Amino acid sequence: MPDAPPASPPPAASPGDGDGSAAGRRSDSHGATIELEALTKRYPGSGAPAVDNVNMEIRAGETVIFVGPSGCGKSTTLKMINRLIEPSGGRIRIGGEDVTDIDPVRLRRKVGYAIQSSGLFPHMTVAQNIGLVPRMTGWRKTRIKERVEEMLDLVGLDPGEFLGRYPRQLSGGQQQRVGVARALAADPPVLLMDEPFGAVDPITRDHLQDELIRLQQELHKTIVFVTHDFDEAIKLGDRIAVLRERSHIAQFDTPEAILTNPADDFVSGFVGAGAALKRLNLSRVRDVEITDIPTVTVDTPLQQIFNSLRASGTSEILLLDRNHRPYKWLRRGDLMRAKGSLARAGTLVTDTVTRDATLRDALEAVLTDSSGRAAVTGRRGEYIGVVDMETLMNSVHELLEEDRLEALEHQHDLETTRSAQTHAEQEGGDAGGRKA
Amino acid sequence: MSFWEYVRTTHQQLLTDAYQHASVVFQCMVVATALGVLIGVTTYRSAWAGNVATTAGSMLLTIPSLAMIGLLIPLVGLGVPPTVIALTLYGLLPVVRNAIVGLRGVDPALTEAARGIGMSRLARLLRVELPLAWPPILTGIRVSTQMLMGIAAIAAYASGPGLGNEIFRGIASLGSANALNQVLAGTVGIIILALLFDAAYVLIGRLTISRGIRA
Repeated sequence: MPDAPPASPPPAASPGDGDGSAAGRRSDSHGATIELEALTKRYPGSGAPAVDNVNMEIRAGETVIFVGPSGCGKSTTLKMINRLIEPSGGRIRIGGEDVTDIDPVRLRRKVGYAIQSSGLFPHMTVAQNIGLVPRMTGWRKTRIKERVEEMLDLVGLDPGEFLGRYPRQLSGGQQQRVGVARALAADPPVLLMDEPFGAVDPITRDHLQDELIRLQQELHKTIVFVTHDFDEAIKLGDRIAVLRERSHIAQFDTPEAILTNPADDFVSGFVGAGAALKRLNLSRVRDVEITDIPTVTVDTPLQQIFNSLRASGTSEILLLDRNHRPYKWLRRGDLMRAKGSLARAGTLVTDTVTRDATLRDALEAVLTDSSGRAAVTGRRGEYIGVVDMETLMNSVHELLEEDRLEALEHQHDLETTRSAQTHAEQEGGDAGGRKA
Repeated sequence: MSFWEYVRTTHQQLLTDAYQHASVVFQCMVVATALGVLIGVTTYRSAWAGNVATTAGSMLLTIPSLAMIGLLIPLVGLGVPPTVIALTLYGLLPVVRNAIVGLRGVDPALTEAARGIGMSRLARLLRVELPLAWPPILTGIRVSTQMLMGIAAIAAYASGPGLGNEIFRGIASLGSANALNQVLAGTVGIIILALLFDAAYVLIGRLTISRGIRA
């Protein structure tokens, strides 16, 4: 039963940009732990089990990604958590409560579920789709209405515009957002997502991933997310479970650890080439130093703009539009050439990054931007600062150094445990140590 | 006497017959729809049961209507009962078949999503599956109604109600002055009724099929 009031703060009060940790503290943690114990699925008539003896503990408020090749049983494992597929053996505990034998309908009302291509009911409006679970659990009409609007706001859709629409009147990305809103409507502590972004185009997928990260910073649900895309796993996961056939866990660790220290050939094969580049996906612009450069707005008098240009050490200043969004780069001489017309002077800012963007996105933006830096913007697109190549390089060097030390430590721990286990395996530990 | 004169002089009788014709078809359709959807709902999940229901319906439909009514007379007597039973049985098949096809045609991803968000079996059926299967079911009802319009005329053979009486009277007095007019009046009446019913179904479709799935 959704007894708690809506978890997220009212949208108007949500912070301007990604200061997520503060937002998180305001909307108390609503996650619940998930424990899987010897979870097994055996289909009648087939010899080997489809999912074999999965043991896993997922912490409250954590995002765990199941990643693995097709047919490895990751989806089956996920569906056993809300018992869309009944396990043939093992226990499931959510928030400490054993849910293996409770009424599945009751269980599923506590567990949000979002799937590929959204699963919205085409004959219901957006509002009806989102309000479905609250209605079934007997909320009052006014409360459902409020909740639906709040959910739409949360996933970044304007309630006024979208409430009365039918799913077929939405784009793929919008449908997916509504799907997530529906899954979260009754404020479940746990959210299961089965390749939710598998059917949308890469650009939309990227947006949706960013949205999910922002959402999770506000809500702190326990999310279990299935994908076969390792890059998506790295981007979204607090921890990643790399699964091989029959859902055997090849490695269950943080993205950093898996990238720098894959457990075996299967995992490193799955990580693929370019681990150092992928590492860039794990850090966000908020983690690196953002520098400030002189800015002027389109309303600034021309004379003042000239003065700023002359005074700035960098030969460039950033022109902001009336909403304080980055608009153009102005170099010395630009204004002269354009005969003092702001409309014609300078080069348009083509690419900006938010503070939630990964360093990889930032690098991309820096590489493509004509000025060799990328403007960092807040939630409404307003200017915050810039990142440049030098900052990025320094940060990446630091990160890799940290990772290396961590991996060494990890390796050391591994060695100690191994030597404690058997004397004979001490040599094996040394071999592993060399690798790091 | 011209056809129009005939209609003018007997319009009272024609209207009564037409009303009874429409009434019996409508009532039989209500029963056939309720029964048909019920049969569809109970059988669509099993390949075997669904096929049995559809095959049984088809077999019923192959029995000539005159024979069916004739066979029912010794069992239930003359008049309304054999008419209603025969019409309901004939009306079943299109509804059952379209209900099964419609319910089976619901995207499995949607039923799983419904399960996944915690809808009970009954809620899934009433809120998701039946609304999505409703357009084909309505088509089935429409086809059934058209069919029953014609078959209901045969009911006059068992002294049943409706415009069939007009036709049978005409056929019985072939050669007499008004014979042709009677047959014609009955037939045209049935066609008009069928068109009116069809228009009503279009309206019902507009009102009951969600805008989200309307073609």
